[in-house]
Amino acid sequence: MSSPAEAGAEPGDGLQVRALSKSYGDFHAVRSLDLDVPRGRFYALLGPSGCGKTTTLRMVAGLEAPTSGSILLAGQDITRTKAYRRPVNTVFQNYALFPHLDIYENVAFGLRRRKVGDVKKKVDEMLELVELGAQARKKPAQLSGGQQQRVALARALINEPEVLLLDEPLGALDLKLRRSMQIEIKRIQTEVGLTFIHVTHDQEEAMTMADTVAVMNSGVIEQQGSPAELYENPRSTFVANFLGQSNLIEGTVKTPAADVVTVDMHGIDVSIPADRAHTDGGKGWIGIRPEKVLIGDAGAELDAPGNTIPGGVVTDVSFIGVSTQYLVRMPWGQELQVFAQNTGRTKIHSVGDQVELSWRPEYAFLLDHAQDVHAGSQEEGA
Amino acid sequence: MAETGRRRGLTAYLLMAPAVIVLALFFVIPFYSLVAASLYEPGGSDKNGWEVTYHFANYWDAVELYWRPLVRSLVYAGAATLICLVLGYVLAYAIAFKSGRWKSLLLVLVIAPFFTSFLVRTLSWQLILADDGWIVDTLQFLHVLGDDDRLLATNFAVVMGLAYNFLPFMVLPLFASIDKIDHRLIEASGDLYSNPVVGFFKVTWPLSLPGVVSGTLLTFIPAAGDYINAELLGNTETSVIGSVIQLQATDANHPHTAAALSMILMIGILAMVLFYIRKAGTEDLL
Repeated sequence: MSSPAEAGAEPGDGLQVRALSKSYGDFHAVRSLDLDVPRGRFYALLGPSGCGKTTTLRMVAGLEAPTSGSILLAGQDITRTKAYRRPVNTVFQNYALFPHLDIYENVAFGLRRRKVGDVKKKVDEMLELVELGAQARKKPAQLSGGQQQRVALARALINEPEVLLLDEPLGALDLKLRRSMQIEIKRIQTEVGLTFIHVTHDQEEAMTMADTVAVMNSGVIEQQGSPAELYENPRSTFVANFLGQSNLIEGTVKTPAADVVTVDMHGIDVSIPADRAHTDGGKGWIGIRPEKVLIGDAGAELDAPGNTIPGGVVTDVSFIGVSTQYLVRMPWGQELQVFAQNTGRTKIHSVGDQVELSWRPEYAFLLDHAQDVHAGSQEEGA
Repeated sequence: MAETGRRRGLTAYLLMAPAVIVLALFFVIPFYSLVAASLYEPGGSDKNGWEVTYHFANYWDAVELYWRPLVRSLVYAGAATLICLVLGYVLAYAIAFKSGRWKSLLLVLVIAPFFTSFLVRTLSWQLILADDGWIVDTLQFLHVLGDDDRLLATNFAVVMGLAYNFLPFMVLPLFASIDKIDHRLIEASGDLYSNPVVGFFKVTWPLSLPGVVSGTLLTFIPAAGDYINAELLGNTETSVIGSVIQLQATDANHPHTAAALSMILMIGILAMVLFYIRKAGTEDLL
């Protein structure tokens, strides 16, 4: 199937993007991006606004010409193919429904252009799938935001594209509707089995819907993998901060051993599995998710095989029902976040309490010290 | 409650008053006198006075005598409107979608001719199209025109003059309509397998129809009543209904004929406009 030149690449199925770049003058929106989306996957491109995710999507759709690089779809090079000749359809951010056509004609638009037969049956089926059969003769302006969203989805889906692109499709909906549409879109994707590429800045949305998430920042993909993989083992401070929250603590690598790395964290030895240590240098950021940190009174037994870190003082307590969120000031001056599940088995600490922290070593990760410790943490939007 | 309601009603009437007064003075009264004049006894004169005798035959007589200039007016206006539509659409489209930061400047240039008098501009076309002008010379040199052919005093000159003078009335509403079209809709049509030509006819054109309708009306209606272009750029064979009305109302001193012709022109245009709007289905747009 594949030529010798691309022996390393997967055989021609799904979408492959190679060294794709887009520059506007001095501004590099996308830098040498590689992307592999196997057929049938629900793939999310996640990143803050301006990270280049929409530009990437538009290049795949053919609405933007790449500065360099190539795009292969189902084994064919479509880098220079006109948008209207690509087997790709887009659900636009603002839906871009044709205001002069009714819902039926909006959905039928692509079929009519390609002169596909049996338009009526296909459109009726598609309107049924998105539960809009009764609205067929209404104009887009007469529908609610959620209904318009479903029309946009139906209009793209009906063409059975090789890849369906979704550009922040839920951005204009309110939170409650967004949650139900996330489940709805996921259901439809499973039902039709098409490849979806979903662009979003909402990490929760990406993690709920996608089976593979690529985190994008300043025009490059920082890391890609399953939502759990990204969350549990982030490889950069940006991913650690952008997907959920992380405590990042400065440390010095003592023994870069084969299976367990020991790091000196302000005088306390901390061990980190080698496959979770993503730095070569002498210094690094020790990362631990707030809900993985255990908290107890000074001198208490904490159920963790790792070292106990003494000398913490609780500076803030937020009781939010399902859990309690603490801020604990450590002896070296840093405030760490701790989320304790409200199981009822542990006591709830108060501000000023002397506490000790601990965590299981297999949950910690080690990041490159050269990276900005705050990268990705400001963009908590959505 | 009732007190404030009444006061609010009074305010509304006060605010409407200037418009009502202006319309009464400048539309209803002249219109009444026009209808009355069209029904004068044709035998009247300024000396003996004019009498409204409901002489409806004035209409029939006027049509019988002057149907040629009447039809000519409508044909000239129709041709000029068509030319304006083609030129104006391309221009408005380019200004709306392709001009970038030059948009405002180009719009000012579209209306710039209005800074000079309509009459002066039309007169200057006499010089441009003159038999010994450089355009005719060049076209004759290129054998596009024969040695005895001319541009001035032809149907071509009249239609061109009309198209020239009324082009801004076409461009501005077209621009307003096209400029409003969300560019993402055009992208969406491309995404849904329309090549640029199909996309234009399926998306851009239908969405610009309100501009097309108002532009063609704003061009056609004044062009049908215009006689300056026919007088200055045409010949005796190109006289239009406006010229006839002007002549009948002044030198010939037949106010009843002039009024009847004005009424016929007005009713004719009104009927055509209503038919056109129904046909274009603009009430259904957006």
